Amino acid sequence: MKKVGKEMIEFKNVSKTYPNGVKGLRNINLKIENGEFVVVVGLSGAGKSTLLRSINRLAEISEGEILIDGKSITHAKGAALRRIRRDIGMIFQSFNLVKRSTVLRNVLSGRVGYHSTLRTVFGLFPKEDENLAFDALERVNILDKAYTRADQLSGGQQQRVSIARALAQEAKIILADEPVASLDPLTTKQVMDDLRRINKELGITTIVNLHHVDLAKEYATRIIGMRAGEVVFDGPVAWATDETFSEIYGRPIHKDELLGAAVL
Amino acid sequence: MIQAQKKGVPQPPSKIKGYLTAILVLLLLWGSSVNTESSLSEFIIGFPNMLDLLTQMIPPNWSYFDKITGAMLETIRMAVIGTTFGAIISIPVALFSASNIVQNSWIFYPARFILNLIRTVPDLLLASIFVAIFGLGALPGILALTVFSIGLIAKLTYESIESIDPGPLEAMISVGANKIQLIVFGIIPQIQAHFISYVLYTFEINVRAAAVLGLVGAGGIGLFYNKTLGFLEYDKASSIIVYTLVVVLIIDYISTKLREKLL
Repeated sequence: MKKVGKEMIEFKNVSKTYPNGVKGLRNINLKIENGEFVVVVGLSGAGKSTLLRSINRLAEISEGEILIDGKSITHAKGAALRRIRRDIGMIFQSFNLVKRSTVLRNVLSGRVGYHSTLRTVFGLFPKEDENLAFDALERVNILDKAYTRADQLSGGQQQRVSIARALAQEAKIILADEPVASLDPLTTKQVMDDLRRINKELGITTIVNLHHVDLAKEYATRIIGMRAGEVVFDGPVAWATDETFSEIYGRPIHKDELLGAAVL
Repeated sequence: MIQAQKKGVPQPPSKIKGYLTAILVLLLLWGSSVNTESSLSEFIIGFPNMLDLLTQMIPPNWSYFDKITGAMLETIRMAVIGTTFGAIISIPVALFSASNIVQNSWIFYPARFILNLIRTVPDLLLASIFVAIFGLGALPGILALTVFSIGLIAKLTYESIESIDPGPLEAMISVGANKIQLIVFGIIPQIQAHFISYVLYTFEINVRAAAVLGLVGAGGIGLFYNKTLGFLEYDKASSIIVYTLVVVLIIDYISTKLREKLL
């Protein structure tokens, strides 16, 4: 099932300039292969989020092209763009669930790209979709909350629901933008473990933005370091030494900036 | 005192702005009363007339309740139908007015302009216009209330659409939802409780408005109010006022309770 070695995401000379002239991304060239678990690290404002959001075009780029599974998302429009986005699940720092809807409806909302507008408007999802949603919830150990309203859940539970949404979407790629930044250390571990398990078991290409160096080392198979919109490091996790991180962050990493080895 | 003597404590801002504002408000008040030729002495002179009217109104003619119950029910029905139609039409209007849904300012500015225009026309004037077009009866009243409801519900709704959490919208875009799916899954769950609350609130206002629409011949209890005043039957007029007051209070109470439960 895993087709490791096939290019899933390709950045070709990608740059982004904001209207005020600030460079968000500078000439990025990257190839991310199927089944990789990539962690992007860097300071706030280094362009991690822009890089991630440019993959599903939540952020537009100014130059270059991004290919998803061989197709250009940069030049896709309308239905074709939505068709590519359907294959890319996204997990956000603030979970981005509809708080007043049930967990199940939130997970099913990941299926809308597969059905006609009319069908989804009336909430007529086929039985298979519901099973898919239940499976996804089971995979992140939150099946018992299926009919609970999303705002009744804790932060960690909400983040697992949003992972389930990406799973129900049957995404080939999962993008996680600071998925644990608003969670406590223990919940952080659970959520990161879920992401790793899904990456391993289902072979979903996963790209995660993280603040914490030790988390990056623990979970990544490959680390991309960003600084001022540029990729300053790209390689397997074994290559990333303390000096590497010092270079990415522009200064040595202090002990108290680590999340703490105790939980990991 | 000790704190004030410390170096680096900033000067409190000047109070002159507050005083000037107060003076300006007082000048406006005084100017308005002079220009409308209303004075306290006039009020005192007119006071006995008011007492006179009140004594004629008390006691209300309780037996008149029977005759006006039909009209009262018609008033409520007008408010129900007007609010419902207004609410239905408000949904697309509100969506087109919200800048986070239609990013095109050539659409949302005109839509908002129309809403503002609707709200500047008083409901009684709307009713008179519709009476002129459709003739006497409840229909022009219902139409006036419908238009009036759109102005209110669509305005309040588009404002709450604009203040929703944009996160779920981003999530819906990222799963590949189209515009309609985005609205159904990302926006409606976030605003439906507010929307229902606005509809109930508008209904409260519409019951009160419907009670006076009869003054211009647009149906409802107002017709009887006009008639009894014309014949100087103040006891009947006061019974209408009491009846209206009771009905409006009951509807307000229920509606307020419902709205508290919703939010």
